[in-house]
Amino acid sequence: MTDEHTDDALGGGSWPDHALVGAYALDAVDPQDRAAALFERHLARCPDCQDEVASLREAASTLSAICSATPRAELRLALIEQIGRVRPLPPTDQRSTPARLPGPGHRDRPTARHRRGRRRAGVVLALAAAVLVVAGLGATRPWDDAVLSPSQQVLRAADARSASVDLGRGARATLVHSDDVNRSVIETENMPVPPTGSVYQLWYERDGTLVSAGLMPRGPDHTVRLQGDARGADGAVVTVEPEGGSERPTSEPVAEFDFGLIG
Amino acid sequence: MVVAELLVRTGQGSHSAFAELHRTCAARIHGLAQRIVRNHSQAQEITQDVFLEFWQKAGTFDPARGSAINWMLTVARRRAIDRARATYASVRRDTVFHHRHYSTAHDSTSEAVLASLEAHRVHVALSGLSAVQREALELAYLEDLTHVEVARLLDLPLGTVKGRIRDGLIRLRAAEGVGR
Repeated sequence: MTDEHTDDALGGGSWPDHALVGAYALDAVDPQDRAAALFERHLARCPDCQDEVASLREAASTLSAICSATPRAELRLALIEQIGRVRPLPPTDQRSTPARLPGPGHRDRPTARHRRGRRRAGVVLALAAAVLVVAGLGATRPWDDAVLSPSQQVLRAADARSASVDLGRGARATLVHSDDVNRSVIETENMPVPPTGSVYQLWYERDGTLVSAGLMPRGPDHTVRLQGDARGADGAVVTVEPEGGSERPTSEPVAEFDFGLIG
Repeated sequence: MVVAELLVRTGQGSHSAFAELHRTCAARIHGLAQRIVRNHSQAQEITQDVFLEFWQKAGTFDPARGSAINWMLTVARRRAIDRARATYASVRRDTVFHHRHYSTAHDSTSEAVLASLEAHRVHVALSGLSAVQREALELAYLEDLTHVEVARLLDLPLGTVKGRIRDGLIRLRAAEGVGR
């Protein structure tokens, strides 16, 4: 706090006009305005006012929510295609927090309840199903030198399709499938840990039969390639099975992906 | 997943994070652009352009310096305002015309937002504002008017407008909880 703050009431003279803080946060001050210039000079050396401007700027973004309008779906697909051809700029190293943000409550860590392993009680997932949509278009890319994650390799396939299912409580599973690459990849975020002694098992569905496609490692976030032939599968499901997996599913799916119903 | 984490992961090259970022934020970005340029195809172009820019520059986003959504909205707003200025000889004259003839302080609340998960939060935040506060904020934020121009347009003393804008933002901040 500087002494200048004590004289908030005066708009003119040589005192900075603190009422301008709002207009300033909205970039709505006229640069020619004398009072604005004075306030700006004050701002440059007053951390309190800088904080105030920054927080009011955040508040201002609420105003954009009133005109929210969803763009057409094909624009989304075009963008996802485009980013395969555009290289991201390298990150700056000025970042002051680690890449994984410890944001409030966004990650459902396993609770004692989960660990006690009450069968089913720990798995809060309701069955969620999704139909895969075409995710990536066009097979050639001008740059291929980067190390690609399995899901990127699949996503880059000309026939790549992907779908996400929201599993509740921030949990989400995304499946990317390509017949051409003969591969599917599942990516999970914030998945609750299955009860002790059980695992998530992945299955391909082919002609009404479920064929095991391997087990998910424990942990909330994973990108896993499904085992076995992806080509010709009609869908994929995730179930909770006893440790080591099952020959055939012994529980209802927690997530279901349908590859088939798309043109 | 919070938007900031999606943006950070996008900066690390995650296609799925980018797809999710788009799913989560495209309506905000596109709606803002559309409101500012008042033209569908231009708004679409801006949305595409800025999302490509997010993909390229997500690595430069610093979570310590503000929220991810604000980082993105700031880029989109700037781009839309530049476009609007280039399009109209004077975006301000256009605004004044629009304002006088359609007087629409509240027509902008779209059905999309009413249906969205944000609806309640936004509604609560905005309902705390007086009509003048909201109008002054919209003119400054969405129409890119200076507070002097807002005062002239609303025919209010400059000091009143300064105060309304500041108090309006403070109310929004209080209703919002800042730093999402």
